[in-house]
Amino acid sequence: MASSFSRILTTRRKIGLLSAVGGSVTAGFLLHREHVGAGAPVRRSYPASAEYPDLRKHNNCMASHLTPAIYAKLVDKATPNGYTLDLAIQTGVDNPGHPFIKTVGMVAGDEESYEVFADLLDPVIKERHNGYNPSTMKHPTDLDSSKIHSGNFDPRYVLSSRVRTGRSIRGLSLPPACTRAERREVERVVVDALAGLKDDLAGKYYSLTVMTDAEQQQLIDDHFLFDKPVSPLLTCSGMARDWPDARGIWHNNEKTFLVWVNEEDHTRVISMEKGGNMKRVFERFCNGLKEVERLIQERGWEFMWNEKLGYILTCPSNLGTGLRAGVHVKLPLMSRDPRLNKILDNLRLQKRGTGGVDTAAVGGTYDISNLDRLGLSETCFHSGEEHFEGGVNKVQLVQTVIDGVNYLIECEKRLEKGQDIKVPPPPHKLFK
Amino acid sequence: MPFGNTHNNFKLNYKVEDEFPDLSKHNNHMAKVLTKELYGKIRDRQTPSGYTLDDVIQTGVDNPGHPFIMTVGCVAGDEESYEVFKDLLDPIISDRHGGYKPTDKHVTDLNFENLKGGDDLDPAYVLSSRVRTGRSIKGFTLPPHNSRGERRGIEKLSVEALTSLDGEFKGKYYPLKSMTDAEQDQLINDHFLFDKPVSPLLTCAGMARDWPDGRGIMHNDNKTFLVWVNEEDHLRVISMQQGGNMREVFKRFCVGLQKIEEIFKKHGHGFMWNEHLGYVLTCPSNLGTGLRGGVHVKLPKLSVHAKFDEVLSRLRLQKRGTGGVDTASVGGVFDISNADRLGSSEVAQVQLVVDGVKLMVEMEKKLEKGEAIDSMIPAQK
Repeated sequence: MASSFSRILTTRRKIGLLSAVGGSVTAGFLLHREHVGAGAPVRRSYPASAEYPDLRKHNNCMASHLTPAIYAKLVDKATPNGYTLDLAIQTGVDNPGHPFIKTVGMVAGDEESYEVFADLLDPVIKERHNGYNPSTMKHPTDLDSSKIHSGNFDPRYVLSSRVRTGRSIRGLSLPPACTRAERREVERVVVDALAGLKDDLAGKYYSLTVMTDAEQQQLIDDHFLFDKPVSPLLTCSGMARDWPDARGIWHNNEKTFLVWVNEEDHTRVISMEKGGNMKRVFERFCNGLKEVERLIQERGWEFMWNEKLGYILTCPSNLGTGLRAGVHVKLPLMSRDPRLNKILDNLRLQKRGTGGVDTAAVGGTYDISNLDRLGLSETCFHSGEEHFEGGVNKVQLVQTVIDGVNYLIECEKRLEKGQDIKVPPPPHKLFK
Repeated sequence: MPFGNTHNNFKLNYKVEDEFPDLSKHNNHMAKVLTKELYGKIRDRQTPSGYTLDDVIQTGVDNPGHPFIMTVGCVAGDEESYEVFKDLLDPIISDRHGGYKPTDKHVTDLNFENLKGGDDLDPAYVLSSRVRTGRSIKGFTLPPHNSRGERRGIEKLSVEALTSLDGEFKGKYYPLKSMTDAEQDQLINDHFLFDKPVSPLLTCAGMARDWPDGRGIMHNDNKTFLVWVNEEDHLRVISMQQGGNMREVFKRFCVGLQKIEEIFKKHGHGFMWNEHLGYVLTCPSNLGTGLRGGVHVKLPKLSVHAKFDEVLSRLRLQKRGTGGVDTASVGGVFDISNADRLGSSEVAQVQLVVDGVKLMVEMEKKLEKGEAIDSMIPAQK
């Protein structure tokens, strides 16, 4: 570990551990005590009212909740690293949104952003995550893949299965705010840990800056290579700075476990394979994640996590599990059935085209994945009924996808035989 | 993204080699000048408004450049940037502006009467004439750095100044965010409307933040005088008309600019100017006069002549397609304008355009008659 980091890190890691034990409020208090004087605001010559953004034509979660009063309260605050409210909301100011699609409209620059700007982030999180209230609720994490059942789909319908999530390294700023040195440190920490993976997880790292043409072509053919972000939602928040410095892709030799380094998050972890064995994909996902976590902990690092928000990531929409589990599935008859969207809604699933978000479905083949991220664990809901209004709901994100996809395949088969299908009942309201 | 001074102080905890950008694949003026030693020397500095070295160079780090086209690779966030980061910017300015030294003085001359000729370019060849420049308003930070409050302050001052003009300059201001569809269509048809910047050279420097807040266009009723507010600079001032009467275009340009400057001065916010750098603008390439004066001219025969580029170079002129920078010429029509900005005056630069274009039209006529033009090739200006 570079010596210039050790002093900062000792402080931060202590806080990180306290965060896990005592809750983020304690950590926030200690942060302010440890960093007295840090986060002093930038010189400002205009009052908050002159700086308040014009959000009248905007339709995103940030714009819905950023009142002039909240803006005035938070505008002169900064996290210990100097990240400010104006930086956090810039992407939402620059991208008014779409009348039908409601984007989040803000990002976090570091772990502390979720604390320092809680007056804005809490209502945004609540809106985005079905009423989840970070100041009163707890997020359950569960990566025990043995709890999953019926996770092997009919391969005549399911072409491929995939689970992805993100993880952030505690003590280093997030992509919108990180310095070049921090980003390079993220790369060093992660690549070092990944080099310790063995057996079916053993693999190799390909840095974007030194990739050969042959390597690049292979990664494109495997559909692994990620490009410099072009979406203004990402570029306006500063995530693409210094590209391609300290960015890269790691994958195992079998090409079923993949880690992106320093794209939209510190890491994106992906487990995937052709065919319908979602159970095996999720098993590898959980094992891989646990191994990586163990390896970084051996070296004195840990993931950003707290019991209010679960895993801390750049975009508030990915808090909690950060998990998107999905399949590419052939549903040509369902794709023409007008009840499809309602069925998906009630199953808590979303559809995308096979090119990913914002693409069209080709030949009736869809990308079907879970809608939710926060407040529900990866596997089974097991922390008690008190989180839900109206009684017990056995909600489990991956199980949700499995059950939902099985249901959709059943519907497709029924339509093939000329039988009718039923729209399943809507779920109970998730959070108060 | 302008991060401000607190973020910069935090960065200083990390070693120089950990923060120094990887410029090994870069080809821009900034990358040629910025060594690790220089980075280490000036990275703890900031301007009074909090603009830092990393803010200055971010666009050059994000845009490595092109093997053939040499971009500048840095911007100023405020007037003081050119002073606080002179260790980086002076060599870049020298590279970009023909060896201009830190001790050199720049002459400003906006007295249109000093221009000789310019009213007799043959309209059968010269289709339109145009002069543009930029101006920055003292006391405000520049587009890469300014806050919404500042940008709105600039707009407010600009609108007051521009809507108080009279005579041939009388006109109307159209704010981008409240433009009607009809107004927008008309401005597009007039080729006046500017769009949100898409070039990463500009967006990576933070100039497109909060679009379209505080941005707008003013033009006179005759549609011959136009001002852009808060695009790449505080103000871009354009005088233009069909045909070859560059003299008239330049007169309107000078008179209009002087009227606007008087009004800003009365409000205690003159233009940013000093005797070393002339008019101070966001991009170091636009220092000095910030002036690009040019014509759209039909040169189908001359443009395919072997010596065309050499002629241009000797005349201190540059060519572009009729869509502006980085476009192709259509039907042998070229945009011909001055190449220099810093180290010579407005009158001198427009004189080069007027004299040079006149000569090239004579050459074109000679080539039409099947005659040679070798004797007409000029000496280096």
